[in-house]
Amino acid sequence: MSPIFYILAALTIAGGLATVLLKHLVHSALAVSVAFAGLALLYLELDAQFAGFAQILVYIGAVAILIVFAILLTRGAERPQDGVFSRTWFVGLVIAAAVFAVLAWTVMQSIRAVLQQTAIPAVTVRDIGNALVGRYVLPLEIVALLLTAATIGAVIVAMHEKERPKP
Amino acid sequence: MKVLIQAFNSVPCQPTMHCNAPEIVDLLWLIPVAPIVASGVISLLKQPQRKTAAALAIGSLSLSLLLSLIAFYHVVVRWAQGSVAREFINFTWLRFGSSTVDLGWVLDPLAAVMLVMVSFVGLLIFVYSVGYMAHDENFTRFFCFMSLFAGAMLGVVISNSLLLLFMCWEIVGLTSYLLIGFWYQKPSAAAAAKKAFVTTRVGDIFFLLGIVWLFSQTGTLLFYNHGIGSLEPLALSVLLTQHAAFGLSAAGAIGLLIFAGAAGKSGQLPLHVWLPDAMEGPTPVSALIHAATMVAAGVFLVARVYPLMAAGMPPIKFGYATTPSLAVVTWIGAATAVFAALIAVAQNDIKRILAYSTVSQLGYMMAGLGIGGVAVGMFHLITHAFFKALLFLGAGSVIHGCHEEQDIRRMGGLKADMPLTFITYAIGMLALCGFPLVFSGFWSKDGILDAAFLWHPSNAPFWLLLFGALLTAFYMTRQVCYVFFGYWRGGRPAHESSRVMTLPLVILAFFALVLGFIGTPVWPWFRAFIENQTAAFHIHAFMEPGMLLLMLTSSLVVFLGLGLGWWLYDNKTPKPEAPDALERLAPWLWAPLRDRLYVDEFYGVTVIAFYARWTRVADWLDRRVWGGIVALVAWLFGLWARLNRFLDIHWVDGSFDKTCEELSSGGGLLSRVESGRVQNYLRILAAAVVVLAAILLWSSRP
Amino acid sequence: MTTPLAGYLLVAALLFAIGLAGALTRRNAILVLIGIELMLNAANLNLIAFWRFGPHPELLTGMMFAIFSIAVAAAEAAVGLGLVISIYRHTNTTDLDKMNRMKG
Repeated sequence: MSPIFYILAALTIAGGLATVLLKHLVHSALAVSVAFAGLALLYLELDAQFAGFAQILVYIGAVAILIVFAILLTRGAERPQDGVFSRTWFVGLVIAAAVFAVLAWTVMQSIRAVLQQTAIPAVTVRDIGNALVGRYVLPLEIVALLLTAATIGAVIVAMHEKERPKP
Repeated sequence: MKVLIQAFNSVPCQPTMHCNAPEIVDLLWLIPVAPIVASGVISLLKQPQRKTAAALAIGSLSLSLLLSLIAFYHVVVRWAQGSVAREFINFTWLRFGSSTVDLGWVLDPLAAVMLVMVSFVGLLIFVYSVGYMAHDENFTRFFCFMSLFAGAMLGVVISNSLLLLFMCWEIVGLTSYLLIGFWYQKPSAAAAAKKAFVTTRVGDIFFLLGIVWLFSQTGTLLFYNHGIGSLEPLALSVLLTQHAAFGLSAAGAIGLLIFAGAAGKSGQLPLHVWLPDAMEGPTPVSALIHAATMVAAGVFLVARVYPLMAAGMPPIKFGYATTPSLAVVTWIGAATAVFAALIAVAQNDIKRILAYSTVSQLGYMMAGLGIGGVAVGMFHLITHAFFKALLFLGAGSVIHGCHEEQDIRRMGGLKADMPLTFITYAIGMLALCGFPLVFSGFWSKDGILDAAFLWHPSNAPFWLLLFGALLTAFYMTRQVCYVFFGYWRGGRPAHESSRVMTLPLVILAFFALVLGFIGTPVWPWFRAFIENQTAAFHIHAFMEPGMLLLMLTSSLVVFLGLGLGWWLYDNKTPKPEAPDALERLAPWLWAPLRDRLYVDEFYGVTVIAFYARWTRVADWLDRRVWGGIVALVAWLFGLWARLNRFLDIHWVDGSFDKTCEELSSGGGLLSRVESGRVQNYLRILAAAVVVLAAILLWSSRP
Repeated sequence: MTTPLAGYLLVAALLFAIGLAGALTRRNAILVLIGIELMLNAANLNLIAFWRFGPHPELLTGMMFAIFSIAVAAAEAAVGLGLVISIYRHTNTTDLDKMNRMKG
């Protein structure tokens, strides 16, 4: 394993852990951004440049901001009275651990059939664009529809009730 | 109408012919049915409807009399022509499998004379009762029972089947019970009725045994049935060959069993105890049932089954032979005659004297049957019916006139106060004593004495019967002297009875005189009629060896008895409390006779005491043992019920309740899954995925 | 230089588990959504890794899948957070332990 991988993996995992363990909500939002960043770098490491940059743009650039906005609107910055963890947090931890155990066991089980790294694929943005409107045009359109619906839906859901939605 | 024309027509309907026009024998069933139907109708009437009740009863019995007379005439005509006088009609009553139970009726000389006698005497007594029972409030009920009795008695007479006879016999016994206990509020009357029923029942048990035995041996209970009836030679020969105990053949044994039933009904020696007590009933009842008809039913039964008892009689040239069963009948009859006559000497109740006299005369009849055959016994039965009914009705008239007084010591001098009653009573009394030549009793009793004298096994019955005749004359004289002669010893003065009561007395007196002439040795019409021979005048009958001597002897005996009675009692009028003349003469004799020779006491000590003891045992058994078992069962059931209740409450209900509780709590438990909290749902999801994945992965291991 | 596929897969698995743990144990609704985002990202990493190590990477199947996944995840995050805001307006809390109106 290359050292870069170790560093990046550590970064991502740390970010994830921090997200889950930190008490202050905004700190968690920032930590998850770090995790996103780590993942983007891992994509780059895996020669999926477009995916990596898309990750940065969408996740860190939109989703994380969105999360911060939500925290703002729900007054999440205030200290909660009862504690941040649920009363039965141990059960959740156990279940999560079980899930990890199953997944890890699966991976280790199939280590004999491990795939070798092949040559670096020559993927250009042009190829991605051709694929999007060629082979994957249907998912593209559907995702577009979905995004539209999601936008409208989110607006309607989060809107103050007194106001009528502007068409 | 057609029937009447046919009856007068001299073309008889042979048993083998198919006759289209109805014969009297086809209508014979009407004779008993009419009074029974009348009885049924009367039972529905209300108490005040007296005239209707009396009219129905008398009307139905008149119809029966009319039909009986037609039947009698018909039989006489046939007999005179010399053809077989017996006609019968049988029908099937029950059918089970291949065998049947048949009933039927028969018209022969025996039945014909009995029919006329029963219906005629019965009709006279019905008319008499209208006057006698006029003051009684249960007038309607009286006629209902009397009608039923008349119908049943007529049924006994015409019956061709032993079973039908038995059924009518039982009805006769029932009505006797009802009529003896007519004034049931009197404890003595109720007790007398019960005694009568129970005592005759004892006889009836043996009767029933005889019926069953006869049926099992011959397969039929019909008397006459074209050669296969139980009294016809075929069946008799079968019965003769079988042997029962004590050297008797089956025929004789069955005959004796049937005689036991007759002995109960006719008051023969061991079973006579009910007859004197039966005087508790009204006097017409005593006249009809216990003088003329019901007690005669026993004699009639023996006469009817005579072929059974006479089967196997050895033929002899002169005199009368006997079979073992007929010998038993004769001895019992003779003994009864003397026994009852002895007791009658010392009785003080007017009806009781007549009751014991009846028992005694029944003994004569039985002896007559046993010795001389059907004709001899039946002749005395017919004559006795008339003069005994006359005597009872006369006694009733006396009682009525003396204002319900029955003790002869409180009567007297009624010769002047009740002349018509006196004359008729005297005629009846002389007929009973057998006063020579004019009175019917003389001829009938002489017939019996004549036969007894010539009886092969022994002479003793003759002497016994002669002694009985002496006693009869004696006690009847005593009674007449006490009642009609001397001075009046009662309370209020006596008066003569009304015409409706004295007219039947006159009619009966007439017959008491006249009937004798059909049975004299000179012209033995009755005997010939019964035995199906020709009747001819035998002027020389008196010249037969013993005949004149016999007539003289019996006359002498009668005069002796009359004289003795007159000597002791004549016009003397002893005070009621004073001892009787005979008592003063021979007190050692008087006491046992007055106490009825202690027969009732004997029964009380033996049979009744026995039954009383076993009644107590049975009562104890019923109360303690069966009652205890029932109580135990009830208690066990209560226990079981409590157990069930316990089980029901705790197990059944409890289990059900428990189940519901479990379901409820289970539901409560399960509802915790639906906490409404998203994170819980998510956890469950994740856990399920883990499990599923683990299973899949585990199962697809290489 | 050559990191085996298993390494990436393990990292993805771990990240997934961490995201799940966060979603299952934290009280705040927003953190649950953040945890879900982490899980989605872990799945994306799996996709990209398999694309890289699988046969025919020139077909771009894995990459396309991952890109679409990113897009959908973004849309879903928007709607989800909008819902959380709306709920906050109604119940004035984001504490999941308190939200049991659908209990029973």
